[in-house]
Amino acid sequence: MNRLEHAIPAGVIMLVGLWVAWISFTQNPAEAFLFPRLISTIFLTLSIWTFVAAWVKPSEVNATISATTWMNILPGLIIGAICVFWMGKAFGFYTASIITVFTLISYYDPAPHRQISSWIKRILITAGFIAVMYLLFAMLLGVFTPRETLFR
Amino acid sequence: MEFIYYFGEVFTFWSFSLLLLGTIFGLILGATPGLSPTMAVALAIPFTFKLEPAQGLILLGALYTSTVAGGAVSAILLKIPGAPANIATTLDGHAMAQKGEGARALQVSFLASLFGGVIGVLLLIFLTPILAQWALAFGPSESFWVAILGVTIIGTLGGGSVVKGLLAGCIGLWLSTIGFDDILGTQRFIFHSSLSGGINIIAALIGLFAIPQVISMFAKGRQTQDMEVIDVKPHSLFKSVREVFSSVRALGIGTTVGSIIGLIPGVGGQIAGLVAYDQSKNFSPDRKRFGKGHPEGVIAAESANNAMVGPSLVPLLTLSIPGSPTAAVLLGGLIIHGIFPGPNIFRDYPAVVWPFINSMLIGQVLMCIFGLAIAGYAARIARVPPHIMAAIVLTLAIFGSYSVQTSMNDVYVMMILGVGMYFLERYGYSAAPLVLGLILGPIAEGNFVEGSMIANAQNGVATYFLMGTLNLVLILMVVASISYSVWLELRSSKTGLPS
Repeated sequence: MNRLEHAIPAGVIMLVGLWVAWISFTQNPAEAFLFPRLISTIFLTLSIWTFVAAWVKPSEVNATISATTWMNILPGLIIGAICVFWMGKAFGFYTASIITVFTLISYYDPAPHRQISSWIKRILITAGFIAVMYLLFAMLLGVFTPRETLFR
Repeated sequence: MEFIYYFGEVFTFWSFSLLLLGTIFGLILGATPGLSPTMAVALAIPFTFKLEPAQGLILLGALYTSTVAGGAVSAILLKIPGAPANIATTLDGHAMAQKGEGARALQVSFLASLFGGVIGVLLLIFLTPILAQWALAFGPSESFWVAILGVTIIGTLGGGSVVKGLLAGCIGLWLSTIGFDDILGTQRFIFHSSLSGGINIIAALIGLFAIPQVISMFAKGRQTQDMEVIDVKPHSLFKSVREVFSSVRALGIGTTVGSIIGLIPGVGGQIAGLVAYDQSKNFSPDRKRFGKGHPEGVIAAESANNAMVGPSLVPLLTLSIPGSPTAAVLLGGLIIHGIFPGPNIFRDYPAVVWPFINSMLIGQVLMCIFGLAIAGYAARIARVPPHIMAAIVLTLAIFGSYSVQTSMNDVYVMMILGVGMYFLERYGYSAAPLVLGLILGPIAEGNFVEGSMIANAQNGVATYFLMGTLNLVLILMVVASISYSVWLELRSSKTGLPS
């Protein structure tokens, strides 16, 4: 179990190393790939070493992510990914941030969802934080974010 | 004594305001468990784009200084180090707080930080020009080896596996080659259009340092907060001043150890605090009191981790080799403002570098004053629940990485690198060597290509890169750093003790 747990990521890194080395040594002009060739040789050597070490002498460090941890991480990651890869462009940054911050705070808040006071608290935190972000990025730094649905 | 000429620059309205702002925010951020100084500085870089380079660096320098000191607040009052550099502070600081001596521990901690910090910045002021003068002799081959030494040293001495540290450095070097080649304009490793401009350093820094911490906060799930802040009862500041300056041994050991460790690239404040604490304990006649609330433990640890800050910038400013992960992020901040550290930095950018260094000296004093004034409140402000902190940091990371070039591609790169780094960290890879590889990659490649061209016109590549006193010294340093780390790792695997 422990052997596979460390050998699989080491194997993935080794495959990346192999791909980098293959590209570096097959692409032209050679002058443009001189430095990548040097790095990829060391990259591949070290990644093979890591893979062999993970296979021959399994690490005692338990890096497994438990099912509970996965269940904790995944909702946050999914909400974050939706915000970055879709909502940010579709709704605009500030609207997307309101939805993301409010959803994340509400999902991970240990306070009971039946309490009205906890919902008011979540709304106030989201509104306060987005107001600060708007003040900082839109008004102070003048950053033009993707087209906004609620903000200008 | 050129630095005196630029002292006035720190006291202009904007510079001083930013210094104050950076110090107060840094103290609060440092006191917040889960927010490391490295992440705080990385997230602050986008806020400096609209500022003059000197002002932007003053803000980042103030954040760096005060987050390290602010970490002591939560270490003492919550028993949770605000930053890795404050681990040693928890040992005696929290024990003092439990005995009702929280105010004394905080006062002693900030005064020791002030002493260590000032000595560290003075070393920075006087050593940097000397090292820069020495580094003027570097040609392309030496500069190439210096860049490689930077990646090697941070990869091997940063703790953990040597091979994994070096491998992370290689991944960073490879990532730096993505995009168009600078000399021939050839496309390299562009397997998606979003990578055609290469990987933006700031977006990568934010992703690599902020996103893994956000995911770690998610991993805690719906956890209720069980952090108890110990109440701070008033204590005479005069007595604390007398106590700190009469603890010559702890103060001396902490400051000396911190300054030396700061000069060694890649080691960082965590090691400085722990080594100083250990040495102070070994040399103390009261060693049995250590760990039970002895002020000397706090003095040694805090003077060390702040003394480390100034010297960690010496190799950064003169050789582009950062002394700590936070210094690596500062390197990104310098580059984004068009300041390329190297032997000529004082000749090319004196109006930026000297105000920055001087502000760190003034910043130490401000850090101590505000630290003493708001420490008790900072711990309460900093008790932000992890789920709120995660949402805030994620949003800041998205806005920050976007604002670099107003490009969604940077946001995608930030997110993908950050999620990847979270999993890599679980398998023993650290972000610092990867970041350094990414930052030093273009410097290493530029010098490698330039050197190769010169070498082809002379005696060949091998002779050019492997001969000459300076080249040999640098190669020996690369080999020595790897060998020493391998020896430490072998010894730790045999004895079971941490390397």
